[in-house]
Amino acid sequence: MRRAADRLWRGSAARTAVASRARAWHSLAPAATDLPVLLPAATRLARNAAKARRGGGPPLRLTPAHGVVLLAVFAIACGVAQAQAGAGQPSVLATLWKWLPVLLRGFVFNLAISAMAMSTGTLAGLVLGYAQISQVKAVRGVAAFVTHFFRNAPWLVLLFYCMFLLPFQVRVFGMTIPIPDWTKATFGLALPVMANVAEIVRGAVQSIPTAQWESAASLAFNRRQTMWMIILPQCIKRMLPPWMNLYAILTMSTVLTSIVGVAEIMTLTGRALSAENRPGLLLPFYAFVLVLFFLYCYPIARWTLRLEAKYAVDR
Amino acid sequence: MNAEATTTPRPLVSVRDVHKSFGHVEVLKGVSMDVQKGEAICIIGPSGSGKSTLLRCINGLVPINSGTIRVRDFEVQNLKTDHEKIALRKEVSMVFQQYNLFPHKTALDNVMMAPVHVLRENRDEVRTRALALLKKVGLAAKADAYPGELSGGQQQRVAIARALAMRPEVMLFDEITAALDPETIKDVLATVRELANEGMTCMLVTHEMRFAREVASTVYFTDGGVIVESGPPAQLFDRPAKERTRAFLSQVL
Repeated sequence: MRRAADRLWRGSAARTAVASRARAWHSLAPAATDLPVLLPAATRLARNAAKARRGGGPPLRLTPAHGVVLLAVFAIACGVAQAQAGAGQPSVLATLWKWLPVLLRGFVFNLAISAMAMSTGTLAGLVLGYAQISQVKAVRGVAAFVTHFFRNAPWLVLLFYCMFLLPFQVRVFGMTIPIPDWTKATFGLALPVMANVAEIVRGAVQSIPTAQWESAASLAFNRRQTMWMIILPQCIKRMLPPWMNLYAILTMSTVLTSIVGVAEIMTLTGRALSAENRPGLLLPFYAFVLVLFFLYCYPIARWTLRLEAKYAVDR
Repeated sequence: MNAEATTTPRPLVSVRDVHKSFGHVEVLKGVSMDVQKGEAICIIGPSGSGKSTLLRCINGLVPINSGTIRVRDFEVQNLKTDHEKIALRKEVSMVFQQYNLFPHKTALDNVMMAPVHVLRENRDEVRTRALALLKKVGLAAKADAYPGELSGGQQQRVAIARALAMRPEVMLFDEITAALDPETIKDVLATVRELANEGMTCMLVTHEMRFAREVASTVYFTDGGVIVESGPPAQLFDRPAKERTRAFLSQVL
């Protein structure tokens, strides 16, 4: 990651800016202590902090090992449940197979919610992030407040607020349009996504060295042109990896909507389990849900890594 | 031109008693100089003597505290809005120590961007001119290369071509060879020398004394925010009048 970022700016003006910033981070922590014993730890902490800041959050990395562990858990859980099964009961896998269409339908619903929350949240977040770097102080202040509010509020609390504050139907021109629970839940999840995207945008814009602004200014570009033609195009590749990270987190958070009664995979798994009324099925069924999420999130994590590597070879 | 043209022509750039502070640090303490059209001047001096700040004041990147800077008809200290500053910067181009090319654009696009989008000139004409400029700085073959694929010296020559593409009245060069290795400095200096010989008005901040002696019509030695001494290179380098100048030159020559 460090070296990738260094390579990112190989041969360009930004290299020194990045290097000096990296140096500043390094010098920050060691300067806080005079004890030689603490220096390596302090350096490492500073490096981790720098890495987290660059990624827009702590690194989230799935490896194939995680998948293997999940499959093992699933297999063991199946085995245990099978051993506990009474005479005449269908096998664990047969039961799972029976419920598979229901569970998959629930999972697709999870993905649909994540896609909709991500797209609305991203659109709103781009606007909010742009507002955070506005030249108007009031706009900047309001945008920063909104961002920090939704970024630091627990996702579940936001979800509950949306469920209970939004009406269950609206009347437009005499027509009654119902607002189903899942729409409200999607909105509730889109709020923290918006705030996080706003931070990603702000961080990316501010990570572009000021020299780029200066050189654009000296070529008589105005602020709008500088932003849209010079700064933002350079930001996109910096925003993509943290944005995809955020999407993975959001996908995993869609199960929160089961708490507010949306019929997604967790809800449906619960219903299946209570219909079967076999406590032994609990572990294999939930392990299966974990495997599903892994199968979806792992390619995304891989793709993120590939994008990072691709953009590390800078052009 | 008016009546005074018969005596001394009106200087293209006129700096009068300019003061500039960053916080409590006064970087420029009353600097004055005149640059005639077609003249190349060099500013030399130790680090932190305000050389780069002076250049940045001239194209309005850094606002001054007092004094006046006039470039052609622009009273730089009075330019308040972005719009007014942009009008000035169309006439005054700057080349930076760290090149500052746009890394997401090819060399050719870097050169073409400002004329196309700021001057709103015809894209095809700009393209022809940009290719000619790249050829002039010896990089015709690198038109489609991205800055990351070019060496420091090549990047700096693209940056010069980019600045020239605006067809400025004045070129400001801010220690353009300071980040380069001795091998590539040669090519960059050759480019600047050619410009100066063609009659482009150039203001250079430089640490290359031999180069300054060769291209400059006037050399200014600055230290501690003031111009200690100025004059033709032969006089300033061979017979410096001030002790401070002598001390500095004995260090660097």
